[in-house]
Amino acid sequence: MSTWALALFQRDLRLSVRVGGSALVGVLFFLAVVTVIPFGVGPDLNLLSRIGPAILWIGALLATLLGLDRLFQADRDDGTLDLMLMAGRPLELVVLIKCLAHWVATGLPLVVAAPLLAIFLNLEPAAMGAVTLTLLVGTPALTLIGAIGAALTVSLRRGGLLLAVLVVPLAIPVLIFGVSAADAAIHDPVPFLTPFLILCALSLIAAVIGPIASAAALRFESD
Amino acid sequence: MFEDLSFSLEGGSALVVTGANGIGKSSLLRTLAGLVSLAHGSIRLEGGAPDTPSEEHIHYFGHQDAVKPALSVLENLQFWQSFAAAAHVSGFSGSSVDPMDALNLLGIGHTARLPAAFLSAGQKRRLSLCRLLVTPRPVWLMDEPTSALDRVSETQLLGLMNAHLAAGGLIVTATHSDLALEKTLILHLRAGDAAAPSPEEALQ
Amino acid sequence: MAFWDYANPTRFLKLVQVVLPWLTGLCVLASAAGLYMSFFIAPEDYQQGQTVRIMYIHVPAAWLSMMCYSIMAVSSLGTLVWKHPLADVSAKAAAPIGAAFTFMALVTGSLWGKPMWGTYWVWDARLTSVLVLLIMYLGLMTLWRTMEDPIKAGKAAAVLTLVGALNLPVIKFSVDWWNTLHQPASVMRMDGPTIHPDILWPLLVMAVAFTLLFFVLHLMAMRNEIMRRRVRTLRLRAASAAHPRSAVATAQPAE
Repeated sequence: MSTWALALFQRDLRLSVRVGGSALVGVLFFLAVVTVIPFGVGPDLNLLSRIGPAILWIGALLATLLGLDRLFQADRDDGTLDLMLMAGRPLELVVLIKCLAHWVATGLPLVVAAPLLAIFLNLEPAAMGAVTLTLLVGTPALTLIGAIGAALTVSLRRGGLLLAVLVVPLAIPVLIFGVSAADAAIHDPVPFLTPFLILCALSLIAAVIGPIASAAALRFESD
Repeated sequence: MFEDLSFSLEGGSALVVTGANGIGKSSLLRTLAGLVSLAHGSIRLEGGAPDTPSEEHIHYFGHQDAVKPALSVLENLQFWQSFAAAAHVSGFSGSSVDPMDALNLLGIGHTARLPAAFLSAGQKRRLSLCRLLVTPRPVWLMDEPTSALDRVSETQLLGLMNAHLAAGGLIVTATHSDLALEKTLILHLRAGDAAAPSPEEALQ
Repeated sequence: MAFWDYANPTRFLKLVQVVLPWLTGLCVLASAAGLYMSFFIAPEDYQQGQTVRIMYIHVPAAWLSMMCYSIMAVSSLGTLVWKHPLADVSAKAAAPIGAAFTFMALVTGSLWGKPMWGTYWVWDARLTSVLVLLIMYLGLMTLWRTMEDPIKAGKAAAVLTLVGALNLPVIKFSVDWWNTLHQPASVMRMDGPTIHPDILWPLLVMAVAFTLLFFVLHLMAMRNEIMRRRVRTLRLRAASAAHPRSAVATAQPAE
């Protein structure tokens, strides 16, 4: 199993970093979202540091969702998806590996950029670490849940917005526990570990449900 | 889509599906490929690995090339070699061709290191054809295989198809041009009344 | 030397070959002199102590970040109006260098801001507009990366560059228009600089060094971009080249 999985992983990673790929656009979008917020709420640094974790999480959520619409569509448009269905590999695993490659190319850069953006929001070092850690654990869940939306909208020309509308409600639990874990790290009396472990659990659940649901959607789509 | 359509093919023979535009030649091929589910009836492949669906013994060579422009020609082909599982049935002796040899065979070996974006339509088509050579599978479904190919490439394609038949493989192809294939049967699709699978019984 | 004489990339490359070693030498000399002056000759600040020396990097980098964008804007005019064949090469080559200078200005600024203002970052007009400049540089670089055809990408980027040039006056005058933490302009003023010559001279030498550095990098990047396009053309030609077809070993004659 490992050879084909590795081949698929490498291919998807290459496609997203080469010319025409969109690996770093997500980070740029993340930066743009974080830059825009202070224009809306005002430049008060105390306020920004209080809502900073939430801003970073919402920015990461939007950046992840907007990058997902081509996850399966690019393969459908040139006929690759048909061949993947016939390749004799479990489609659920194929989806999981594609999500993993997509996360490494687009989600991981968001996590790496988070501490830098946290400076703009005047976050304390502890809060910075907490947000980065929760993003590291939580963004895979966003990618995996988003994959369901990407699979459902694979045949639509303008699926991007619909994808976001479909996926946002499903992603709310991740957002809640991500932000509350990060907040807990800043305000002492609240325990950090409880929401953080729930966040880990959500990611693991998404790693099961996401690929199964996406694979089912892709199979129906090919009919 | 289809009514009362039935045919069977033996190893080493080809079926050419003909008919007017829009009659459903492509749909028939996609159905055989398992990409469109059957309302009634069944598709069976004898002698294949048990517990493996028939479409995993099939190479589908459709209108779309499934070539990624950002990858190099060789990378494109190597991906399909590792990704698509090989399949065998009894009586089929096809073997895997090295990707570089396959590219050379089809006259695009000199482009191996170039991004596939630089290829012309015919070259992309030939790259897509190489995919059938690097992973052995007994059944080839080919939808208009000669489109975008020049005369020389068409001759090469025929050679490859005949070689596949000689190795005991099966080919089902929808085409308008006359293909000089060995052991060919013709399935002519007609609108309205039931399609006539003319030489269906002649096979046994 | 007419502007158009260097429209021919080959002639341009020859010019680069002659000019580049001299520019590089000058750049090294100016940098050495500038660094020596700013570290050993320029006085400490009575309030800020040694921290003030960050200025000798920060201010030239900030100037360069704007000059680089101006050069890109002029190049974009060259692409759209005069259709000069090297204009989009110049604009494309300048973007990463401009982004680097902008990034340097932001980083040194926030390192300077920490001891001065007590925070790495504030959302004031000057800082925010420079951050917007950085985002624009990165956006332009992404646009060039995303489009396969360099000519089309060049035109699209030129339009965006010219629209984005509106940000330049905002950056320049932000310190005058809005009340900000950032100090107002003290060197480039209508009524002459307001700072002491002991500080002004090292600053000007550093500015010259940074400008030379920009031109060295810009010429190198333009040369690389021309080479890259030639490679692309050669590869396109190689793909379509007639190739002696090898005999098909397994093929049988088709009847």
